[in-house]
Amino acid sequence: MDPQIIIARRVAKELRNGNLVNLGIGIPTLVANYVPSDLKVFFQSENGLIGTGPIPEQGMAHPTLTDAGGRPISALPGASTFDSAMSFGLIRGGHVDVTVLGGLQVDAHGHLANWMIPGKMVPGMGGAMDLVTGAKRVIVAMQHAAKGKSKIVAKCSLPLTSARPVNLVVTDMAVIGFPDGKATLLETAPGLSVGEVLALTEADLAIPDNVPEMRI
Amino acid sequence: MKAVSVEEAVAMIPAGASVMVGGFMGVGTPERLLDEVVRQRKTGLTLISNDAATPGKGVGKLFDQTLVSKLTATHIGLNPKAQQQMLANQIAVDLVPQGTFVERIRAGGCGLGGVLTPTGVGTLLAEGKRQIEVDGKPFLLETALRAQFALVHAFLADYLGNLAYALTSRNFNPVMAMAADTVIVTAEHIVPVGVIAPDHVVTPAPLVDYLITNG
Repeated sequence: MDPQIIIARRVAKELRNGNLVNLGIGIPTLVANYVPSDLKVFFQSENGLIGTGPIPEQGMAHPTLTDAGGRPISALPGASTFDSAMSFGLIRGGHVDVTVLGGLQVDAHGHLANWMIPGKMVPGMGGAMDLVTGAKRVIVAMQHAAKGKSKIVAKCSLPLTSARPVNLVVTDMAVIGFPDGKATLLETAPGLSVGEVLALTEADLAIPDNVPEMRI
Repeated sequence: MKAVSVEEAVAMIPAGASVMVGGFMGVGTPERLLDEVVRQRKTGLTLISNDAATPGKGVGKLFDQTLVSKLTATHIGLNPKAQQQMLANQIAVDLVPQGTFVERIRAGGCGLGGVLTPTGVGTLLAEGKRQIEVDGKPFLLETALRAQFALVHAFLADYLGNLAYALTSRNFNPVMAMAADTVIVTAEHIVPVGVIAPDHVVTPAPLVDYLITNG
């Protein structure tokens, strides 16, 4: 299975009925495709919408209905729209139940870096800092390694997105949580051993007696 | 409120002015005003805008013509021209978290000196800012943001200047309409008073200084 789809399918299992959810760009956006149809989840787009729907059919897009990247989307029955102050009041105020964001690095304490690479990539943080600071639950959805180098690091070398640690990291190799503030291997991807995950993980992970395989 | 042509409105903006522009990736942006700013070549602008849009769209047009000298924004990663101008030090860029950006503008429009936000505490953004504890929790003091001009785009404007917005094109427009000395508005449709019901007015008419005539 495509690594991104493994991640998206596993993250989708974290969503609960009635949750208000904000998905970042990239892998997180794919999560919406794997939410069971009987689960009622509200997706927020931070440019001012709760109730985002799929990309409209050819010829049905409207220039005033877009996602945070400016691309056309649709709105589901029961959707609501609001200005940016309300949108970020929802985010910072703890009204968003779950946010799913991409990452460049997550460290052993759950700190996330995902908004800049000094000297190389300085696009701006957009809504990421508010989301990590304010959402009730922060899930990072990212590849475990980039160019053979672990993205689960001992300590972030890149600038942090927030001092607040994330709750869960889902990669194509593992699910990692932070009980008592300590990075802990909770699940391995189908077909991978604990040893194989550790071999591509820079951070020191706690290993419980039983590490089940991801169910996707 | 006074109804004016787009040429007259933009003629009021001097070179070097501070200008807030509504919109999110070019959605909900007053394109006609920006086209006229380009035509009249207003240089050295201090731009306050969520993003830099993309080349040829929204505030992206101002970067195409190198009219911006200072920018406060939250994300410019989708406009390579704005990125190049920042990296070449042609524009001074202040990148701000989006929630902080909108609250600073809201504060500017609501008579507040600033806001206390937890966003940015313990990061690079805290450098040089006052950190204040409230009930044991740390917050950053983020100061209010205002501009000489706000360029706003609405869906409906009535003859008095009451405004209503459409879907995700609302974004920063109503907040910016409170935070500038002079507020200039374009609207998709200009309609008789009463078409926008009182409960549906988002920006009340007294906030609007100039409405650009359609046609």
